[in-house]
Amino acid sequence: MVRVDFSRLRLLVIDDNVHMRRIIRSLLHGFGAREIYEAEDGPSGLETFSQCAPEIVIIDWVLPGLDGLELTRMMRHLKTLGNAYVPIIMLTGHSERARVMAARDAGVTEFLTKPISAKGLYQRIVNVVFNPRPFIRTETYFGPDRRRNVNPNYNGPERRKGGEADVINQVPLADVVRAED
Amino acid sequence: MTKTKQEAVVVKHSDHEVITPVHELRKATTYKPPMPGQEDPVACAEEALAELSDQFPSWMGSECERLDQARKAVEQHGFNDTTRDELFRAAHDIKGEAATFGFPAVAVAAESLCRLIDLSPEMTRIPFTLVAQHVDAVCAIYREYNNSDVVEVAEALTARLRHVTDDFLLRENRDRPAALDEIGAPSVVPGKRG
Repeated sequence: MVRVDFSRLRLLVIDDNVHMRRIIRSLLHGFGAREIYEAEDGPSGLETFSQCAPEIVIIDWVLPGLDGLELTRMMRHLKTLGNAYVPIIMLTGHSERARVMAARDAGVTEFLTKPISAKGLYQRIVNVVFNPRPFIRTETYFGPDRRRNVNPNYNGPERRKGGEADVINQVPLADVVRAED
Repeated sequence: MTKTKQEAVVVKHSDHEVITPVHELRKATTYKPPMPGQEDPVACAEEALAELSDQFPSWMGSECERLDQARKAVEQHGFNDTTRDELFRAAHDIKGEAATFGFPAVAVAAESLCRLIDLSPEMTRIPFTLVAQHVDAVCAIYREYNNSDVVEVAEALTARLRHVTDDFLLRENRDRPAALDEIGAPSVVPGKRG
């Protein structure tokens, strides 16, 4: 059965709380990850992102210096920093709908609310590995496609013009791998 | 259809581009069976977390101490960007960590303090007494956690704190309809009990 080999992933954890970093690191080690970088604030997070080229970033919202939203926007828009398409998992104590929407609009790939659980973190990582989403660039947005489903009751204007109006279907990577096997 | 330097496939439309990046994480997929004892990664991670759990009470204690220090800074210097941010971060961390540390009832009081700080349009108008009552409640619930009735006491205490906080926030935000909706929303902190 196809699975994620965490030992082949390079991860960056940006969280100002030493206890939370320790917990996340323990969970990632438990999954089998070996290459984990850490940063405790926004500026050092950007520096580590640039130097270590992580393949997945786990980021807290509330940080000293630059917060998680600002960091996400910089990682998406400043291509000189590194891979602008990197999957970003926002792990935060914020869980209000408005916050989730703001994170999505900043370009976050996955959102995970605290309290953290092994299952929740595992599912988010597996999802970014197996179900990559295309990126959308408009005048006001650059980030993962924000449409996850088609609402049959939606009557408003389409906000994208000239292309497919509905969800861009992606073949999950697991299916691609299976098909090629 | 074009390709960028990173060889992402770019499809241009009149007002947007759809970009399919090279999926570099594909290298992390494998058919190779896991090592014996590592068949269930989630169980392995939970086990790793359990090995840390002896330290959780002292970690919770140090987070409460940090919150108390932040309260003292507000008392000494008043609310400014620095003291406000440190108080908010300390309360927000407790809100997010308390359940993981085994103290879910502490999170609710911390959340009420976060709302007080976050939803107050003018920080210098936040009554220090209300801040102090929240910090005292967080620390007391943690300190008394071994008592059998701690959850009931914590719920009663935090319900009262939230009520007083809501009264203050409703007055302060009477001209801000969007904030009023948020103030009226129920608590989203999970795991009040247990």
